[in-house]
Parts: sequence; C-alpha cells; structure tokens
Amino acid sequence: MNWKYASQRKEYGRALIELGKMRKDVVVLDADLSGSTRTADFAKEFPEHFFNCGIAEQNMMGTAAGFAASGKVVFASSFAVFATGRCWDQIRQSIAYPKLNVKICATHAGITVGGDGASHQTGEDIALMRTLPNMTVVVPVDAQETYKTTKTFADWPGPCYLRMSRLDFPVITDPETPFKIGKGTLLREGDDITLVGCGVMVSRCLEAAETLEKRKISAQVINMSSIKPLDEGLLESAAKRTGGFVTAEEHNVVSGLGCAVSCYLAEHRPTPLRRVGLMDTFGESGEGEELMRKYGLTADKIIEAAEEVMKRR
Amino acid sequence: MVAYPADVIAELERKANLIRSHIIRMTRAAGSGHPGGSLSSTDLLSALFFKVMNHRPSDPFWDDRDRFVLSKGHAAPAYYATLAESGYFPIEELMTLRKLNTRLQGHPSMNKLPGVEMSTGSLGQGLSVANGMGLAAKLDRKTYRIYCICGDGEMQSGQIWEAAMLGAHFELDNVTAFVDRNMLQIDGPTEKIMSIEPLADKWKAFGWNVIEIDGHDMRQILDACDRAKDTRSKPTMVIAHTVKGKGVSFMENALSFHGKTPNDEEAKKALRELGEDQ
Ligand SMILES: Cc1ncc(C[n+]2csc(CCOP(=O)(O)OP(=O)(O)O)c2C)c(N)n1
Ligand SMILES: [Mg+2]
Repeated sequence: MNWKYASQRKEYGRALIELGKMRKDVVVLDADLSGSTRTADFAKEFPEHFFNCGIAEQNMMGTAAGFAASGKVVFASSFAVFATGRCWDQIRQSIAYPKLNVKICATHAGITVGGDGASHQTGEDIALMRTLPNMTVVVPVDAQETYKTTKTFADWPGPCYLRMSRLDFPVITDPETPFKIGKGTLLREGDDITLVGCGVMVSRCLEAAETLEKRKISAQVINMSSIKPLDEGLLESAAKRTGGFVTAEEHNVVSGLGCAVSCYLAEHRPTPLRRVGLMDTFGESGEGEELMRKYGLTADKIIEAAEEVMKRR
Repeated sequence: MVAYPADVIAELERKANLIRSHIIRMTRAAGSGHPGGSLSSTDLLSALFFKVMNHRPSDPFWDDRDRFVLSKGHAAPAYYATLAESGYFPIEELMTLRKLNTRLQGHPSMNKLPGVEMSTGSLGQGLSVANGMGLAAKLDRKTYRIYCICGDGEMQSGQIWEAAMLGAHFELDNVTAFVDRNMLQIDGPTEKIMSIEPLADKWKAFGWNVIEIDGHDMRQILDACDRAKDTRSKPTMVIAHTVKGKGVSFMENALSFHGKTPNDEEAKKALRELGEDQ
C-alpha cells in the first residue's frame, strides 16, 4: 500500500504548544532529550512552564508528582525505555497510587528506534504501564491521533501513558476521525477474522487484510489505540462476527496488546487468537524497517497467523 | 611520579589520533551515533587500554585481567576502535557499527563482543557495576583493578550518588572512575541544564580520592592512574577536563555533534585535520 508518512513527535510538540496557549496549568518536564521528544517546541514558546530535569528520570517523575499534587497538569517526556522502566517505582508510588495528573508521553518506543540498539529500544513499556492500577494507556496509530491524544489527556483525569515512535509512521486517520479514550476504531469490515493492531502495526494489519482478501479471507481491522481502558464492546462484537483474532504490536507479545485482548476473550468469549509482536526478545541495532522484518513485525507474519487461526475456527 | 619516556607518550598520542580517525569513519558509515562524546573520551581510553590496564586481547576472559566499564555507553565508537586496535577483533569490523547483525551494537553489548565487560547505554548505571566488580575482586582476594568512564551529564543521575556512597563505604580502592568533564550534554551545557558543580567537592564529601586532570594530557592521565593505584581504602574519581569533539576543529564544543554524524564532506575535512586522510 502507498502510505503517506508523518511524525508523531512533531504532532506531540504542536499539541503541547496549543495546550500552553489555552491553559495556564500545563507544565512540561523533560530529561535531557527535549529536542528528540519535541518538548523543546513547547519550551521555546513557554519557557516558564518548561523544566529540564537533566539525565534523572526518576527525579523527574517525583517532581512531576509534586507539580500535579499542586494542581498542575504535567506532561513528562523521555524515551519510552527510560520514561517507564527507569522510573517505574516512582510512577507507581508517586503518580499511579495517588492518582495524580501526570501524563507520561514517551517517544522512541519499540524497535524502530534503530541504530541505538536494545538499550534504547523497548518492548516492555506497554506492559509496565498497563499493569499499573489507575493508569490510562494509549498507543496512537499515527501523527494525527497523537495530536488528539495529547489534547485529550489534558482533560482526562489521572495518570496517562502515551507511546510514540522515532520513525514517521503511515497516516491512517485524518483530523475528523473520532478519537476517544476507551474506544477502538473499526477501520475495515470483514466477516472471517479480526486483526487488532496498535501503533505502526495497524498499517501492517491493513496491508495483510488486502492480501487476505485476495485469498478469499475477509478480514476486518481494528485500531486499538486505547489499550487501557480496552474497548471490550468492540472486541465482543468482533468475536461474534468473525470468531477469530490476530493481534499485532511493536512490543513484546508478553503482556502487551495481544495479552490484553486475549485475556478479555479467554474470560468472556473464548476465541482462537494468535499474537504477532516481539517474541519475548530484546532488539538490536539496524535500520527500523530492517528490524521490523527481522523480528517478524510484518504483514506477512500477520497473514500467516490469520491463516492458522482460520484453520482453528 | 613515574617519568614516562617521551616515546611512550608519543605512541599513546599516535594511537589516540588513530582512534579518532576510526570514530570519524565509523560514525560516517553508520550514519548515526555519537562522535562528540567519543572524541572526548578517546585519550582516556587509549591510556587505559594501551598502557594502564592489564589485559590480554588474545584471552579476553583471562581471570586476572583488569576490568573496564563504559558507563557512558554512547561513546561505543571510541571503545570499539580501542578494542580493535588492541587486537580483540579485526579493524575491518569497525565499519559494521550499528548495522543489522553486527557485534558492534549502538551501545556496548557484553554478550556480542569480546572485550566488552558490561552492557551499557542507559546512563547512570555503570559505576554501580564497577563497584560490584570491585567487591567481587576483594571477595576473591584478587588484585585486578576496575576502571570506569562516566559522562558529566551522567552525574545528574541519582544512582551515581548511590554508587558514590557504596564505593566509599566498602573502601573500594581497586576502583578508578573517570568523569569525562566536557561540560556538555544533549540539551545544552551541564551547568545550564542541571548544574553538577562543585563536582570535586561532592566526590570528596562522599569519601572518594579525587584527582583533577586535563583529560587530553597523556602524562596526567597515566599519573592519575598511578596515584589511584597507590591510594589505600578509598576509590578514586578522576575528573578529566575534556573538550567534546576533541581533535576535530568544527566538532569541538559543538552541541550538535553529540548525536549527529559527519557527512562526507565533514568526514573528509575531519580526517584531513587528523592527518589520516590517506
Ligand atoms: C538513563 C538515560 N537517559 C537518557 C539517555 C539518553 N542520552 C544519551 S547520551 C545523553 C547525554 C549524555 O551526556 P554526558 O553524560 O555529558 O555524555 P557526553 O557529553 O560525554 O557525551 C543522554 C541524555 C540515556 N542514554 N540514558
Ligand atoms: Mg558531557
């Protein structure tokens, strides 16, 4: 498919600036990566509302909690691996447990980080965040949805996690596409199987659905950007309609989107399912697209999984 | 003070210059990576691997080798070039930096490349590891020493100060750490982003033997290592005053070259300056 590409990070920066213009209670924190996360865009416009905490993510999260406890809406950014893993206990104890208004907006998630390698990539951040009570977790499908999520987070009470990528990703939505926390979007209808993706993998699901169509398998595609809360109603109707699922995520298959979906289905409507994602492995250096192929984050893998599920339906 | 002969110093300087040229070629070929902080650590690495440390490149897991932890893992290009020039792996392999399936990961991975003692890249963690190695050496009644290089921005990480406490508490005189004090981090000068001064006083207050040197002066680096060896019951922190991008005029003190690699034109110019453009 011929995609147009756009940057999630850029839209994050743009949304922050708009929030800064609209309201006085927004503060933005970063940890020496403001150029990459694009919080620098906000810092330029609103220097008094921006705080660079240096290379000290744990302290940044504690500081964010203090701001939030004082009535501010805090956006705290770094690379996903540092923004979640490095300071998980600070997030748990000082943000999630007291249910404070801290929006953790992380970039460079997944393996499309590329050359930096495994130390800077992360296939664990969704898992780490979604296991926290009170935490909202959104993985926007594209740049436009990143913009909407950022704006929505400002008014959504409590701790939130926003996952962004380093690479530009295919444009799937437009400014008019509705976005609601807790709601997935049915991007393509089909009767035989449901492909549920998040982030860049939604574009791979759409590609897979086209190929499957040619093989006489009618696949529907869901963009499940809201991982927590999960759109259970949509899963329910998809299960009823198609009776089979493939999930796809640029994340470890352990405890990510695939697990969220399969846990729901196992409890409420047992349905054959296969997960496509990082197969419990760390990444490595390489170009983003190369890594996607090497680690099986491809339309082909989704097709393969779909055909297997079809046999079990 | 040991008087190192001029030819020993000159040879170390020659090696360091060679490492610098490798860094330029490697980051040029990779198209990503961190030339600035690699060039500022080059002289420290050269002094350590070509003179100070006891190690056997042909026997990387020799029990009694001195250990090295690159806590500022993003200086991997300098580290890899130093390891290759030491003989741990072929020089040609340097050009695979950051490419798919390479052993030369963007940040060091100990299970991929012989000579790498610890996987690093997430800042703030290496000094703790060096301390653990120091404790293990003491437990085993071994006399090998542990060396570690940190960034100055890295000093902002809380874990560094937890390690500072532990190192002094357990009197780890077999640990010698360096801070590559190049005054810059990614978003700007350290003192503007999150000031770390007075740095020497902090380390002294935490109970470390503190030595301040010019981190590009071989004699001063060797002398600091000798003094650390002669120090009992205290770990040593060498504050090495350096220049980010050292050795390439247009990279020196240039914030942009922290994580930006030279283009063809710039690489050529850099190699010419280093006298390595053949
Ligand atoms: C925990 C963590 N946070 C953020 C980063 C991203 N990062 C890579 S290098 C760097 C700046 C390092 O500055 P400094 O320690 O001064 O190193 P140098 O100037 O020697 O390159 C940052 C923030 C990281 N690697 N680890
Ligand atoms: Mg520095």
